[in-house]
Amino acid sequence: MVSDKVYPSSKAAIADIPDGATILLGGFGGAGIPENLLVAMADHPARDLTVVTNHAGFGERGLAVLLRQGKVKKIICSYAFHRSAFVFRELFLEGKIELEQLPQGTMAERIRAAGAGISAFYTPTGVGTQAAEGKETRTINGRDALLEHPLPGDVAIIKAHRADTTGNLTYRGTAANFNPVMATAAPLTIVEVEEIVAPGVIAPESVHTPSIYVQRVVRGEDLDLRSET
Amino acid sequence: MTSDPKLESCALKPADIARRVAAELPDGAVVNLGIGIPTLVGNYVEAGRGVMFMAENGIIGAGPRPEPGEEDKDYINASREPITTLPGASVFGHADAFAMIRGGHIDIAIMGALQVSARGDLANWTVPGLGKGGIGGAMDLAAGAREVYAIMAHTMKDGGLKLLEECSYPLTAKRVVTKLFTDIAFIEITPDGPVLREAAEGLTTEDVQAVSEPRLLTNGPPGVLSREETP
Repeated sequence: MVSDKVYPSSKAAIADIPDGATILLGGFGGAGIPENLLVAMADHPARDLTVVTNHAGFGERGLAVLLRQGKVKKIICSYAFHRSAFVFRELFLEGKIELEQLPQGTMAERIRAAGAGISAFYTPTGVGTQAAEGKETRTINGRDALLEHPLPGDVAIIKAHRADTTGNLTYRGTAANFNPVMATAAPLTIVEVEEIVAPGVIAPESVHTPSIYVQRVVRGEDLDLRSET
Repeated sequence: MTSDPKLESCALKPADIARRVAAELPDGAVVNLGIGIPTLVGNYVEAGRGVMFMAENGIIGAGPRPEPGEEDKDYINASREPITTLPGASVFGHADAFAMIRGGHIDIAIMGALQVSARGDLANWTVPGLGKGGIGGAMDLAAGAREVYAIMAHTMKDGGLKLLEECSYPLTAKRVVTKLFTDIAFIEITPDGPVLREAAEGLTTEDVQAVSEPRLLTNGPPGVLSREETP
């Protein structure tokens, strides 16, 4: 069965991402990165991108290629200056890229809020720190908390292990990370997978991300790509 | 450790600190290990104690590093290292992982520290200056775990103090550290102030006080932190 969600190539799946798009990019610690979609993005002309992702690139490949190409105007992440994020660091110190750094759980929850229609929320995380700067603080049940707003994307570019042709997804091990929550928080979610199966092969109770969150699925061309090793 | 020869000769090695921290964990605790010395703590917790290790990238029940060649790209901890899973383990995404952390479901976060204050303020994510460090999950863990155990060298290499009245580095969270383990002392942070519980073998309360800014409370002579291993 052919589905209009299944795309023939990574290049085709990302071909209409426009200039200025905010991209939610999955992955953590080298696992669950949409490697082939990132390679396609390096050949795609879109620029002035805002990228929301756990850390500001690693080494010279993957996201770091887009940074080096000058296509990213702003990074929103939880860990900016890992020693391996030297491409980002150099651009940042030269004033060529903006940074918003936020606690990892606040980032995940802001993305979740965007997907779940939550207008804003309060959290004790970050009270009394640089992460509180410019944010409303309120005492709730005797504890100070910061007001945080949703963090939606225009596009989510994520990695799952398996998809069926309707767009139901499963993840494997600790490679889920930000991918499932990001799938919910953009009107266009593009998923790289290792295997595409027919509807019904993934049992309903085993689906991790239901199909309605997914618009495009592509099988990664090179499943051995590892940008962060 | 400082250049003071007495302190230096008595200071614990990382493995000794990790062993002491492991002994402090309550049986059955759900524990998150930060990077650095905290990752060593798991090596000293016997399986029968029922302690479960949680990592913020989405796992409860992480086991030891796999044998060489047995690594699986999809199974890692928050320090990017390959892991195995123990029977009863579960995996999940970041939204769930941080709901656990922020929702108070993690008993103890064990974190490296740069500075700790007399009231338990923690500074561990960056130093002053542009383009350094990263927040990661530190602020969520520090604010959300029921208890925070901090681990650090007691002083800077140049002798500068790290247990302070007030932290001078950017904070991770305020009033969260409950227990502080250094290379020369085990200090409990109580509402009354820091209480020296144990000092490295050969050191007195006065020796530890001399490299601590806040006044240390005591309840008799400190217990002995022993040195058993070289790393």
